[in-house]
Amino acid sequence: MPKIKLSDTAVETIREVCKTFGNKEGELINVLHQVQEKLGYLPAEVQEMIAQELNMSVAKVYGVVTFYSYFTMIPKGEFPISICMGTACYVRGAEQVLSEFRRQLKVEVGQTTPDGKFSLSCLRCVGACGLAPVIMVGEKVYGRVSPQQVKQIIAEYQEGCSSQSAKTA
Amino acid sequence: MSEYNMQILICGGTGCKASESEEIRNAFTELLNEYGLEEEVQVVMTGCFGFCEKGPIVKMMPDNTFYVHVTPADTEEIIKEHIVKGRQVERLLYRDPVTKTVIHDSKHMDFYKKQIRIALRNCGFIDPESIDEYIARDGYQALGTCLTERTPEQVIDEIKRSGLRGRGGGGFPTGLKWEITAKVPGDQKYVVCNADEGDPGAFMDRSILEGDPHSVIEAMAINGYCTGATKGLVYIRAEYPLAIARLKIALRQAREYGLLGTDILGSGFDFDIEIRYGAGAFVCGEETALIHSMEGCRGEPTFKPPFPSESGFLGKPTNVNNVETYANIPVIINKGADWFCTIGSEKSKGTKVFALAGKINNVGLIEVPMGTTLREVIYDIGGGIRGGKKFKAVQTGGPSGGLLTTEFLDTPIDYDNLTAAGSMMGSGGMIVMDEDDCMVAIAKFYLGFTVEESCGKCAPCRIGNKRLYEILERITEGKGTMEDIDRLQLLGNVIKDASLCGLGQTSPNPVLSSLKHFRNEYLAHVRDQSCPAGQCKALVKYTVIEDKCTGCTLCFRNCPVGAITGEKREVHFIDQSLCIKCGVCFDKCKFGAILVS
Repeated sequence: MPKIKLSDTAVETIREVCKTFGNKEGELINVLHQVQEKLGYLPAEVQEMIAQELNMSVAKVYGVVTFYSYFTMIPKGEFPISICMGTACYVRGAEQVLSEFRRQLKVEVGQTTPDGKFSLSCLRCVGACGLAPVIMVGEKVYGRVSPQQVKQIIAEYQEGCSSQSAKTA
Repeated sequence: MSEYNMQILICGGTGCKASESEEIRNAFTELLNEYGLEEEVQVVMTGCFGFCEKGPIVKMMPDNTFYVHVTPADTEEIIKEHIVKGRQVERLLYRDPVTKTVIHDSKHMDFYKKQIRIALRNCGFIDPESIDEYIARDGYQALGTCLTERTPEQVIDEIKRSGLRGRGGGGFPTGLKWEITAKVPGDQKYVVCNADEGDPGAFMDRSILEGDPHSVIEAMAINGYCTGATKGLVYIRAEYPLAIARLKIALRQAREYGLLGTDILGSGFDFDIEIRYGAGAFVCGEETALIHSMEGCRGEPTFKPPFPSESGFLGKPTNVNNVETYANIPVIINKGADWFCTIGSEKSKGTKVFALAGKINNVGLIEVPMGTTLREVIYDIGGGIRGGKKFKAVQTGGPSGGLLTTEFLDTPIDYDNLTAAGSMMGSGGMIVMDEDDCMVAIAKFYLGFTVEESCGKCAPCRIGNKRLYEILERITEGKGTMEDIDRLQLLGNVIKDASLCGLGQTSPNPVLSSLKHFRNEYLAHVRDQSCPAGQCKALVKYTVIEDKCTGCTLCFRNCPVGAITGEKREVHFIDQSLCIKCGVCFDKCKFGAILVS
């Protein structure tokens, strides 16, 4: 087995999650959901560890992680920004909103800004089609977003950054 | 149950929650205490009312007063006026968009007049987190009837006679599916609820689970009784946190009341339900893929037969139905198949829930009898096209469906008619498009979705759709050739014929149907290098019409990239090398001085 560079607490977390699901191969997706919720993302080392715990091949774990869009191998930003790309949002201008975010943050979809503050992703449908186009920053939903508002939304979090992180710390 | 004189119903669907409905609830509760009315007026957070366009919505019962776009600041006025003095707050009432008159209650709103609510019967009426409210509206009565008065065969027969067909899109007769699963021998059988609503722009199943989770639980238990299954599984998208939370509460309550678990209602029948989470893969809506995903694997479809009813979850007989299908079951048992048959068209009985979205005035969730025409849905219920624009097409069936144009406006909506018109019923997404939408770009959008969501198992879908997408990309960039258009047609048909599962077989539909109905738009992109709708950026150029420009600087101030220069009261100029073609200048200009070419 390759050397695992995970912190002891991460190793412990993964072990515990796998154990709650009886270390069963069939519970892989449930395990991945919980581990991602706890660690934020699923890098290669984590997948190796899960494979070992569930007694299955790393290739199979990797196959599942990369198959589903919900699982990510890249850490999300402190403020993950998701643009709804459902059809309802698309026909009401989601693409223009997305390109404005890309321009302002200077990152592509699936990337995180170098300072780790923002990550940009697309999601399929929030289900708030009445508010289209919709974006989410963390859990907060913004409706009827226009490209002109993008700068302001980002600024909201840039300013509030220090106080926000102080609160969670 | 309660001695309340009045109820304040607040929409607690995802859409309204995003616009402060939780705060509105809290404000009402606090104020009622302050006014000493907490014993007389009940505040209920319900599921979706359907009229998402005007959210957050507050409905007053028993008089059905319908307040729209309510904010937490409005709550005090509603209590002071409506509850204390018995006078409606007129400024918050819904106004008819055409006549501009105030409508006093929801029963007189065009949006609701043509709807018949069966699957959504409780959404917007009850607190989804209270099993008592569900029971008060005949909840779990159907399960009781089935377990104590009828044999599984009798129940299956009732469902068969009702003519209910799968609401997930396939349209397979539900009763027949149950019968097949019931007849296959097996020591352990499963019933599965498919709540992996992947169609972007559709939110029917989510709304049912958020607004009336017990109806699905009850129906799954009935299904278990009929097929001989003791275990139920709900496969739900992890992206639906609210629906998951409410489903979990409902499951706990049902167990507490002995409506799930062992020896339900003393009948000797055991049944319980577990939740399984999806992880964001459209293909998992296909039943074999869904089953593989529940087993912890990649959600790749496999060849049918064997059908899940013979060999499904863990190789055992499994009955898979969609959320909306289940939501119909208790009503059919309670009111009978004969009653259900009176609603709908000849071959499609009952109603269908649609998520109406896009360029339409009343975005929302609707339920109409099968056989209602598209015109009724779009103009009577949907209130017509936004901004007085011209209707161009409606896409039903999501990325698997096709476009329906003006010629189909009077087609009655049912499974067979939509298929004959080159689209499909699908799960119920209905996206309305207007004259500003470029059909080539829409086809490209849907195909981009399919390319990303293709599981990659079979070549026609994995490679073919990618090639289709590249051709569309070329066309929207003005680099397409006439041969490309023929290639789209040929390749599209090959993918349709040669793909393994429903996703691949239907993926070229948006391309093929837009080619059929809007061939001229494709030709314009290729031959004239122009996008008639002005959507394809590579083909669009924004310039200032010198005679019309007044130098008001509005475009200059709004341009996000500083591509516009010009002094006050002088003609402005757009630097083409900086312009990102966002169209803001065109939208903002009050003098029509921006030319899109």
